[in-house]
Amino acid sequence: MNWAGLYTVLSGVNRHSTSIGRIWLSVIFIFRIMVLVVAAESVWGDEKSAFTCNTQQPGCNSVCYDHFFPISHIRLWALQLILVTTPALLVAMHVAYQQHQEKKLLVLTGHADPKHLEEVKKHKMRISGSLWWTYVFSVVFRLLFEAVFMYIFYMLYPGYQMVRLVKCEAYPCPNTVDCFISRPTEKTIFTVFMLVTSSICIILNMAELVYLVVRACARRGQHNSNPSSRKSSFYGHKLSSEYKQNEINQLLTEQDGSLKDMLRRNPGLHEKSDRCSAC
Amino acid sequence: MDWGALHTILGGVNKHSTSIGKIWLTVLFIFRIMILVVAAERVWGDEQDDFVCNTLQPGCKNVCYDHFFPISHIRLWALQLIFVSTPALLVAMHVAYRRHEKKRQFRKGDQKCEYKDIEEIRRQRFRIEGSLWWTYTSSIFFRLVFEAVFMYAFYFMYDGFRMPRLMKCSAWPCPNTVDCFVSRPTEKTVFTIFMIAVSSICILLNVAELCYLLTKFFLRRSKKAANGKQHPNHENKEETKQNEMNELISDSCQNTVIGFTT
Repeated sequence: MNWAGLYTVLSGVNRHSTSIGRIWLSVIFIFRIMVLVVAAESVWGDEKSAFTCNTQQPGCNSVCYDHFFPISHIRLWALQLILVTTPALLVAMHVAYQQHQEKKLLVLTGHADPKHLEEVKKHKMRISGSLWWTYVFSVVFRLLFEAVFMYIFYMLYPGYQMVRLVKCEAYPCPNTVDCFISRPTEKTIFTVFMLVTSSICIILNMAELVYLVVRACARRGQHNSNPSSRKSSFYGHKLSSEYKQNEINQLLTEQDGSLKDMLRRNPGLHEKSDRCSAC
Repeated sequence: MDWGALHTILGGVNKHSTSIGKIWLTVLFIFRIMILVVAAERVWGDEQDDFVCNTLQPGCKNVCYDHFFPISHIRLWALQLIFVSTPALLVAMHVAYRRHEKKRQFRKGDQKCEYKDIEEIRRQRFRIEGSLWWTYTSSIFFRLVFEAVFMYAFYFMYDGFRMPRLMKCSAWPCPNTVDCFVSRPTEKTVFTIFMIAVSSICILLNVAELCYLLTKFFLRRSKKAANGKQHPNHENKEETKQNEMNELISDSCQNTVIGFTT
């Protein structure tokens, strides 16, 4: 399981995202994960072996390195990217759950042929109702994780510039020794690059949040002014149309009377189905 | 055979798991295996090369390293992940056995077999009941046991979860007591705590799944006992079917009407 595996898992989510969400996912994979894997990892690859202190004292090197780099940039970025991309899986799980419900409905109404089942899998879910809330929460969590990691970065490595020389006096180093960092300029460039892409991702997430909220408010406004436009899920909509009603009527007459008998015997079932208000 | 292959094998089990089981599998692969592969292995990569002792005595460094790190964290985690994910294969084997039986029934032309073709048998998702329930529950139980055993082994071997910077070693052939320095101790502590935290989350998920299965089992049993006394079988099936349908419709179409006209 590596970055390619994560890509496989997340590309499925792409289909149910907004357009801004898709742009965000592309930025994450191309400008952050790919840059991390093909470039940044080689820059930081010799960070410890080429960290040299001006002393022969054994152990001074290790201790000074640990003092100045409690956790490497590369690992921080890897953790950040994993935590930032994972909330999208909440949406994937919710979509899978909704698809499962729709399939169950198809089976119960007797439309469980492969064509309809394939359609359930292929069609794009509308981001409305409980899915909207899940999506908004996932975007909020993404923002939160990005902000937390940027703050951690700032705390651990004040300023984002990598210096060439650090002075260290931790035991067992005798007095104060000069320690030299490998490739400081290249590291600074990549740190700034990752910071900029992180900020772009934060801006995209905020834009997506604003877009979702505005769309929800607009839809609500439309609801209130035009009740007949109420539609939610794909099959809910289809089932509410006259055509489907006719089909159900046909089913009722075709059945061996058991459904009709049940309705006659249990008038309460009428009320249950009329729980959905008129459209 | 690597982590990718394990992912392929266990992905098949996913279909027959409960929702909590699917979440557990996702947490396992993304927050444990993936972190191990992309981050932790690099941190521990130079653990022996950069383990430095304040002595020129040949052999002292090797002996001290071996004394303080009988088995590396990375290897322990790899073993833990393999042991913890393997009980799911019991479920996979049971499902494969059931499928095999159904295929045999289908080929014999058994009247009771309700499948139209072999493909349907292959695609079908089995409900977790009967003997499959017992297999599934035992697999969760074993997972819990393995997680707990490895967490204990970790704690026992490394005396708490913190990695110290300096260790004092006096094993032969080191002269007297020498100072030995561990490489990247802070980073190692951070990752150890992270892996322990995720391991605890997995334990909680397993406990939750166990409770869920037990609750479902007892509910089903009491429903069967209650139904057996009240209604004849076929009428009840129709009623529950209609109730399910109504619920699904009202869930999926919040503001649409389904009216039954007679």
